[in-house]
Amino acid sequence: MSSYPHAPGFVVGDRPKVVTSRFEYTDSFTIERYLATDGYKAIRKALSKPAADVHEEVKGATVLGRGGAGFPAGTKWGLTPQQVWPRYLVVNGDESEPGTYKDRLLMERDPHQLIEGCLIACYAAGLSQCFLYIRGEMALAQERVAAALNEAYAAGYVGKNILGSKFSVDIVLHWGAGAYVVGEETALIESLEGNRGMPRLKPPFFPAANGLYGQPTIVNNVETLANLPWLIRNGVEAYTAIGTKTSPGTRMVAVSGHVKRPGVYEIINGTTTFRDLLYGEEFCGGIRNGNKLKAFVPGGGSAPWFTPDQLDLPFEASQVGPAGSMLGSGAIMVMDETTDIPAAALTLTHFYAHESCGKCTPCREGGTWLERILTRVVNGTGTDADLQQLIEVGTSICPGDFPHASNEALGISAVPFPYKMTTICFVGPSAYAPIHSALTLFRSEFEARVTKRITIPVTAVGAAS
Amino acid sequence: MTTVDPTNTTPVDPNAVSLTINGKAVSARKGDLIIAAADKSNEFIPRFCYHPRMAPAGMCRQCLVEVEGPRGPMMVVSCMTPVAEGQVVRTDTEQVKKAQEGVLELLLANHPLDCPVCDKGGECPLQDQAFSHGPGESRYVEEKRHYEKPIPISDNVFLDRERCILCDRCTRFADEVAGDALISFTSRGNNTQVMTFPDEPFSSYFSGNTVQICPVGALTAKPYRFKARPWDLDQTESTCTTCSVGCRTVVQSSRDELVRYQGVDIDPVNWGWLCDRGRFNFESVNSDQRLTTPYLKDAQGNHVATTWSAALDTAARMLRTSLATSSDSVAIIGGARGTNEDAFAWAQLADAVGVNQRDAQLADGLPAEIFSLPQASIDEAVAANTIILLSPDLKEELPVLFLRVRDVAQKRKSKVVEITSRPTGITPSAWKTVLVEPGKIASTVASGLDPAIVKQIGSGSVSVIVGRMNLAESAESTVLALAEILHLAPQAKVLPVLRRGNVRGAVTAGLTPQQGAADTAEILELSAAGKIDTLVLLGSDPLSDVPDADLARRGLAGARNIISIDAFMTPSSSQAHVVLPAAAFGEKNGTTTNLEGRMSNVAQKITPAGTSRPDWMIACELASALGKDLGFNSVEDVTAKLVKTVAQFAPAANTKALRHDGVLMNHPAPLTLSRTTLPIPDRNSYDYRIVSFRKLYDAAVGTAKSPSLVHLAEGASVVVHPLDLARVGVEHGSHVQVISAKSTVVLPVATSESVMRGTAWLPFNQPGNDAREMFDVQADVIDVRIEKLA
Repeated sequence: MSSYPHAPGFVVGDRPKVVTSRFEYTDSFTIERYLATDGYKAIRKALSKPAADVHEEVKGATVLGRGGAGFPAGTKWGLTPQQVWPRYLVVNGDESEPGTYKDRLLMERDPHQLIEGCLIACYAAGLSQCFLYIRGEMALAQERVAAALNEAYAAGYVGKNILGSKFSVDIVLHWGAGAYVVGEETALIESLEGNRGMPRLKPPFFPAANGLYGQPTIVNNVETLANLPWLIRNGVEAYTAIGTKTSPGTRMVAVSGHVKRPGVYEIINGTTTFRDLLYGEEFCGGIRNGNKLKAFVPGGGSAPWFTPDQLDLPFEASQVGPAGSMLGSGAIMVMDETTDIPAAALTLTHFYAHESCGKCTPCREGGTWLERILTRVVNGTGTDADLQQLIEVGTSICPGDFPHASNEALGISAVPFPYKMTTICFVGPSAYAPIHSALTLFRSEFEARVTKRITIPVTAVGAAS
Repeated sequence: MTTVDPTNTTPVDPNAVSLTINGKAVSARKGDLIIAAADKSNEFIPRFCYHPRMAPAGMCRQCLVEVEGPRGPMMVVSCMTPVAEGQVVRTDTEQVKKAQEGVLELLLANHPLDCPVCDKGGECPLQDQAFSHGPGESRYVEEKRHYEKPIPISDNVFLDRERCILCDRCTRFADEVAGDALISFTSRGNNTQVMTFPDEPFSSYFSGNTVQICPVGALTAKPYRFKARPWDLDQTESTCTTCSVGCRTVVQSSRDELVRYQGVDIDPVNWGWLCDRGRFNFESVNSDQRLTTPYLKDAQGNHVATTWSAALDTAARMLRTSLATSSDSVAIIGGARGTNEDAFAWAQLADAVGVNQRDAQLADGLPAEIFSLPQASIDEAVAANTIILLSPDLKEELPVLFLRVRDVAQKRKSKVVEITSRPTGITPSAWKTVLVEPGKIASTVASGLDPAIVKQIGSGSVSVIVGRMNLAESAESTVLALAEILHLAPQAKVLPVLRRGNVRGAVTAGLTPQQGAADTAEILELSAAGKIDTLVLLGSDPLSDVPDADLARRGLAGARNIISIDAFMTPSSSQAHVVLPAAAFGEKNGTTTNLEGRMSNVAQKITPAGTSRPDWMIACELASALGKDLGFNSVEDVTAKLVKTVAQFAPAANTKALRHDGVLMNHPAPLTLSRTTLPIPDRNSYDYRIVSFRKLYDAAVGTAKSPSLVHLAEGASVVVHPLDLARVGVEHGSHVQVISAKSTVVLPVATSESVMRGTAWLPFNQPGNDAREMFDVQADVIDVRIEKLA
């Protein structure tokens, strides 16, 4: 690793830090520290150019969305219909995918970087107002962002005629009430409008055309926007020099579970492998107690699981997808050899069944049904027919082949991502994903738990022969 | 090879879309949904949440189909996917079958299979589609969801949350269509349930529709619960005559007793909706208080049951004696509650014996010339760029017309300008509401309108919905205001909204003052002066309906003989010397005319109560007793002659159309209204000017004799602005005396910020002390004092 451009305070030769450069300071969330470390220089630079140029830069840098779907931000901004006003930026700070806690740190430790990112996005994409939706449970993040926003307003970085230019934008904070599904962009918009957080069906309408209050709306993830100040300050070339062509820059991953040093790490997109991350001394430092790795979830609780067979895959959507899973929100959950796999699957399924919003049938009814059957299996009162039933219910939520990883020992090859679904959003399939992975890769552990169903031969007198 | 035929001048419809469904070529319109296109081409796609009259929700997931896309077949919900040119839709593949069966199994997972005791069983979309599109058996062995079995969510609607499949139909209806968002989803995930807000019942005038559109037995209505099974029902299509909107209904009976009305979806009128009053007042037809035999008053003034021949003899003798003196000594009041045939037969009888004093209106309507202005149909009225409401509160009086107007207002298709003396149900959806003190409507329209409204009126088509907005204000005041509006918008079309069931049909058939003869108010004055010898009350109750209690009382007391033809013993019929029992709705065939002049059939479903007969038959009997032959042997004879005799009814010759959508009557050449001003006295600053209006539920017989509706009438009261009440010096809820020039009435007082200062609201015909005591049909406006009880 060599000559990446760096944020001040870091020695050349370190890993590049695009969004976490201020995490080392204890006062990283104050405007003083932010200004002392190149803060609000990017918006100044952006305002000196036409908005279209800034948009082109973001497009050119291929900043992939960091929320889960990985859609390029610059392209997304270009989808709004022309000449329709007002149009909004909605910041998705409702990070709630199991295992994910990167956006929380970005909001707690560097709120000004997010605010500056919002300003750049609004300027470049021509958005008239910004709504910052922060998850209800993140009390410290709410406090820090609110304080930072007050500082930024007072200093004239947000509000009317920013830095003496003609560009004006207001940022409105909104605190969620704690529902997982509100992390889905259309459900977030519903919630922001004051309705029940239930996803809207898309198509026909995507938020870019018809979103908040029926107006064109761009929904971006916190980390995506936090990338923008560095990108604008250092330019497209510096940004694309990091990572690969299809996945430039860095990305934040949150590792939890059975590793020596769980935590949030900023890794290089496209080149860092799961092995680097889990075993590298600069990252997690290996599995706890010298245990063996059994399985890991590569992209948040809803992603199909990987086993050690997939450790050498890089953080690159175009490789992880065909391998049968997704990078999603960048949450890696590690399970070592001591893990009770059916119980682990139940924990995840319980979460998704509980968090179903209740709008569409397969998720509302199917999620709970899966949880009930699996509970029986985990408790040791299930039968082998229950294992088949889990798959049958799963097929009602996701018809067709469900993606899973390959496994050499089992002799199975991968089914690529994504899946088909009968639901409106991904909550329903997410309840099934852990079950499918666990049953495919660790079926013996389930079979050991269940009793074989006894077939009673029926010999009724006069029965049709 | 295709060639263009230069002689083919058929214009290509730019909105036509052709697609294939299961290989069959289907033509649709741009913007149609796949499921609607499939319905039209008889390819049934199973569904629960989709309803053609509401915005799609796409949440039950039952209507999944496959559409060919660039990356192979894609599974989409057909209720939210619009058709596209060249689209290839398949509803019959393995994948679709699997998905539909899967969703159906999941819907049934927590659904209690209590079909044998469920009212919906036998007509249940879930039951039917479980058979047609379900997997056949359930593999769900877990315990089902449990909730308390049915809980009342309003006076007439019960909710069984165990049966609910959370399709969002009722909640969407309440919010989108009715505008009463009083039910909503609560809780989340598997515990999601439909619920009212705490301590706030689902008290919507349209709650019965949610029961009708519920695709399972989750919502049931008290009047029908456990009364019949669908396979026991016998039914016939008819037209509701509760008010003059003329909603299409299906009348259902079991064991010769009415058990249910359901809305029928016709485009020009009700779109399948009914109001609760119209839906549930079948109970009054079944009432044990119905008159089943004729009555004669004996010397002591008691009513004694008698035979038809004796009663008809007496009635004929009264008429013969009176007519021998002068045909002006006989008068007929009423006829608006019957069929066109009833009204026409009575008009023929009146013609035959020379009675000109006849009026189907009860001094609470508008002059019949309102029907001779350029007429708008309901469709035309709501399609205008600007809809001017010079009408009573449509939500209270003509509820389904309210839904039609609200629909265009909410969807921003038309701008609604409301000119009223009190905020109404449409006010939240109206573009502008002009609040005017009673008596000042015409002058406000002439000189005081917001320039933005004048500009809007001038910018496109205009319709005026006109009715009697305030029963304590003269009809002339409304007519003059209408004249001012028509002066401002000469091209405007008028939709008269007189409320009583068939008032337009009765007036058109001839039950309206002939050759300048007396109208109802004048007949009652004449009668009070001893100039009416025989007064015929044709299904009318002046003591309850004429907005002048004193006049009605004096009028009835002054008539030597009263012949009442009615279904119930009303306050007026109990004063009659001869009472003839009339067949009610559902007990007779014929046609009716709604407020826009649409004629459609009403159908007999059950045997009339006791010996009661339709009004037209009674007219025939009386005619022959008087030596005249009307020439009618059946109701069809009456219809045939009506169509031939009255030019406006000529389109009713199309008997097929009468049996569904109905046909619009011919309209006479339009009149022009003259503009003058009324000498409205200034209001004394201690006085309150009365705004009197009907509520949906009042003391009318249809409501009062229906056990499920009777307690919904809120009772008489006077409502004033809180600051005005403070001036009177009493508390909200206590009693006050309301003093007019005519009388004093003690009423409970309530306050509302919506009342204009200086006006007082008096709901009309509510149970309790009668506000009409203070009214005077001669006065243009009525001012009262409100004082503390001594």
